[in-house]
Amino acid sequence: MSAPEHRTAAGTPRRRRGKGGGERLMVPEAEFTSYYGRPILKPPVWKVPDVPAYLYLGGLAGVSAPLAALADLTGWPGLRRLGRLAAAGGATVSVGFLVHDLGRPERFPHMLRVLKVTSPLSVGSWILAPFGALAGATAAAEVLGVAPRPARLSGLAAGALGPALTTYTAVLVADTAVPAWHEGFRELPFVFAGSALASGGGAGLLASGDVTPARRIAVAGAVLELASTAVLERRIGFAAKAYRTGRAGAVLTAARAGTVAGALGALASGFLRGRRGRALGAVSGLLLNAASAATRYGIFEAGMTSARDPEYTVRPQRERLEARREDPANGALAHTW
Amino acid sequence: MASLSGPLADPSADAGYADGHPPRVGFFTDTSVCIGCKACEVACKEWNALPADGVGDHGAAGDVLGLTGMSYDNTGGLGASTYRHVAFVEQRVPARDSSPVDLGMPSAQLPGAVQPGAGREDATEVRWLMSSDVCKHCTHAACLDVCPTGALIRTEHGTVLVQEDICNGCGYCIPACPYGVIDQREGDGRAFKCTMCQDRLGAGLAPACATACPTESIQFGPLDELRERADARLAELHGRGVGEARLYGRDPDDGVGGDGAFFLLLDEPEVYGLPPDPVVTTRDLPSMWRHAAGAALAVAGVVAAAFLGGRR
Repeated sequence: MSAPEHRTAAGTPRRRRGKGGGERLMVPEAEFTSYYGRPILKPPVWKVPDVPAYLYLGGLAGVSAPLAALADLTGWPGLRRLGRLAAAGGATVSVGFLVHDLGRPERFPHMLRVLKVTSPLSVGSWILAPFGALAGATAAAEVLGVAPRPARLSGLAAGALGPALTTYTAVLVADTAVPAWHEGFRELPFVFAGSALASGGGAGLLASGDVTPARRIAVAGAVLELASTAVLERRIGFAAKAYRTGRAGAVLTAARAGTVAGALGALASGFLRGRRGRALGAVSGLLLNAASAATRYGIFEAGMTSARDPEYTVRPQRERLEARREDPANGALAHTW
Repeated sequence: MASLSGPLADPSADAGYADGHPPRVGFFTDTSVCIGCKACEVACKEWNALPADGVGDHGAAGDVLGLTGMSYDNTGGLGASTYRHVAFVEQRVPARDSSPVDLGMPSAQLPGAVQPGAGREDATEVRWLMSSDVCKHCTHAACLDVCPTGALIRTEHGTVLVQEDICNGCGYCIPACPYGVIDQREGDGRAFKCTMCQDRLGAGLAPACATACPTESIQFGPLDELRERADARLAELHGRGVGEARLYGRDPDDGVGGDGAFFLLLDEPEVYGLPPDPVVTTRDLPSMWRHAAGAALAVAGVVAAAFLGGRR
């Protein structure tokens, strides 16, 4: 019979977080113990590709809707058409993935049984349902070429809901006990916002005619995503390991390369005339969308890794306890908001 | 809106039950008298008509016979069909100084065996830790907070219950639980966990596990009373020199506002597979919504600015 303790040598550098960088007592590296190495948390039962795809498509749709609404108001017909189709398509397919992921898909309407602000999935359902209806109606009018005025109004309403659709999903994953997600609750909304802008703007690069606003959105989104991911990994302490190692680390590295290349390509396409510029823009747009989907999948995997390995749960909690023991006033129990 | 963290005297009242609702009940599991008989596991399975958990990721990870190789624990952990789980921990600890009485008889020893006493400070002995784990019925229950359908509710007894006719199997409660208790039942799709035998409570009966426990390691009753009993038991053990005894989940000031089912442990919580400092994730939810709102405004701002810039 094997001994239950799995003690590992202290191998990771200590990271300090919270306000103030002043001199503080160093706490001895906490020893890591577990029950036969079994996870403390139950890993999420959310499926791949359902949930990563749901996160990515929500971002794509959430940016495409305001993009289409403003293109409609300011006279960019190509962007309006593509944005409306992407918003409706993204919302519809993401709902499909969400329903498919349920243990009891036929009970999907129970999502709208109550409205709970303590449940990001409830709030999200109440954002997604009207968004999907409005974006769907707008896209139908666009395709059929009817009712431009009502379509403008429904498009504006969908566009107003869109930004919320892009970031509530970050709260959805952060509002769990999964260390890699919860510890990043301040940064993940901005990572998701950047990723959504890069994908929505990138989709706009496929539109006919002048796509200048989409190019600006795509590049700004890529910059926001890269910057906030860097901040996330710097600030979340031990959980950052989940983003840097294993499958999640590899996927996120590839996603970052795709985002950089896509953003540079999108920028360059603005300086090329004619077919070559359009082709480079389209390739860059597709690359940005692939990278955005990969980012969501990488973040999903990082969370799964940190849920399966008890060290991600025990080590930061143990350090928090020790720090509180040393200096009760400094109790890390209260996060700095 | 109900409070999200911190001490809370009456979770049922916080959830909207009128005055005169039954007192909050819970479990005090005193692991110092657990003998690892698993009567609680069996009684729970029997009363709640639970199927065997499969062998795999979420059930016991074992061989074809379902044997995990983890001491006498072939259950593995709590799950969608296991609401009580007895952990078995074997430890080699410094021997207590109880040198055997010399009877003047010739004796044989294993080669290299080190007997306690006789000035040998490095003598060790085996210590067994057994502990019956269960849903903590937190004061601030993350599973309940994040449930989008309202399937998870606070009962009149202050416990946390899944309404199986409402649950649509979204799975959100599963990673929300800081203890890894609730899980999705394979082949069913819905989430399940300990009900504290809601169907027995209404009839004035104690839960099946507490009723079956032969050593009163599992004590059931009004939470206030259990906390007093636990404090007395802790003082008694400390008085007897068991300095490592500690209460887990007893403190209403902890990260989940105190547990409805709390424990007396003889080692650090993680040794038993429990998180050392669990926090209800929704404590940070107001801040999460603020950050998400800020990020959403950034999205709106970027899209608007992209059009304001006009044509190149």
